[in-house]
Amino acid sequence: MLTKRLIACFDIIDGRVTKAVRFQDNIDVGPAEALAETMYDAQIDELIFYDITASSEKRGIDIETVKNVARRVFIPFTVGGGIKNLDEMYEALKAGAEKISVDSMAVRNPQIIADGAKAFGSQCVVLSTQVKRTDRMPSGYEVHIDGARLATGMDAIEWIKRGQELGAGEICLNSIDNDGALAGYDIELMKLAEAAVTVPLIASGGAGSPQHLHTLFSETEASAAIISSMLYSPRLERNFTVMEIKDFLMGNGICMRPPRI
Amino acid sequence: MIKIIDYKAGNASSVMNAVLRLGHKADFARDSQDIAGATHIILPGVGSAKATMGSLHEMGLIGALENAVIGGKVFFLGICVGMQILFEHSEEDDADCLGWLKGRVAKFDVSKVRVPQMGWNNVRFAENALTGEGKDDYFYFVNSYYARPEDGSDIWGTADYDEPFTAAICRGNIYATQFHMEKSGEAGLSLLRGFLGLGNGGGNAY
Repeated sequence: MLTKRLIACFDIIDGRVTKAVRFQDNIDVGPAEALAETMYDAQIDELIFYDITASSEKRGIDIETVKNVARRVFIPFTVGGGIKNLDEMYEALKAGAEKISVDSMAVRNPQIIADGAKAFGSQCVVLSTQVKRTDRMPSGYEVHIDGARLATGMDAIEWIKRGQELGAGEICLNSIDNDGALAGYDIELMKLAEAAVTVPLIASGGAGSPQHLHTLFSETEASAAIISSMLYSPRLERNFTVMEIKDFLMGNGICMRPPRI
Repeated sequence: MIKIIDYKAGNASSVMNAVLRLGHKADFARDSQDIAGATHIILPGVGSAKATMGSLHEMGLIGALENAVIGGKVFFLGICVGMQILFEHSEEDDADCLGWLKGRVAKFDVSKVRVPQMGWNNVRFAENALTGEGKDDYFYFVNSYYARPEDGSDIWGTADYDEPFTAAICRGNIYATQFHMEKSGEAGLSLLRGFLGLGNGGGNAY
């Protein structure tokens, strides 16, 4: 049976992982490849790296960091941030990434989803989107871009449907309202998304305890969940290990990849 | 010598990283001369069966692979699409494939499960040189299509998605997995170590 996935998410600036709360106040956590290796040894299922300043600095993704990670960890990882065209996608895949995440750039140029899916397969293209609650949209959620700073006027659920049609093989929904608040995932958002698309969904934003993951996996069809603060944020009094989280979830009826001892 | 076929689909370097981690040396192979003298050939795969077949044709590798693997009994490992193209036909873009094994490649039922299948699934192995008397473990899958072998004796590993499907095949010197051995953590590395040890007194990975 297919297990639910725990994905550790790293925001990268100059090859180092940082932690932000609601896209502000970055705290340095450590070098990307060292944290990736630690998470690999801790038996995380998957990793995502966002080169969070690549877009705003108008440069491509940090390929050296991708290569360094790929030499150390043997689980799938996704990279995003600053990838503008097929050549840059190919460079990141060749460097060892399994998937490419597109976000703001895909809003500006949706064709990149179709082009990427055609060239490398849908499974390589993850559509990530930052969404915020609002009464102005039919679904109640609006797409934001550029580090969640800019509202687009696009309905979030309509956007992910379009993303799937264009060829995205997976969709990652980050709740701006819940991000960093450590009070749980936006369950309502995931319920809307699971009814709208048939590709796997990743929930992001809000995990603060294993119970939040249990709620997500028992109440929605989310295939995977992004966790970051609860693993390593120096802001939290208590961090959780991957093992602790998996033990809790498996003990409560969620199908996970058991840790190899 | 270990040869990894690199047809610009992307993940050949991930396979290379895994082989290097296990302490082996390997070369990328991009044409028929590159695979001369190979003891082990790995065909990684991402993308579609049709695109992969097209690349192999373009690189002039199809005849050379058949000579080495079918004729010369060189140990062969296909991964993901590298497994699917061993069969006669894939439903994806109506692609004719290598036909080394009898059977066809079909799509998961999107009305029953999320497609692509993406994530770690439990694989139950039958007995063979790599998995000993049989074993089960978790491996990373990314696939919308899966192989349906005609000859049940080719089936090496089985997993469940919308229903049980063939996750790995083995026939003589030919091994292939639908899952990504190179991205399946220590379980994947163990299996790869076993494959690379075939012919060198290696084998059983567990």
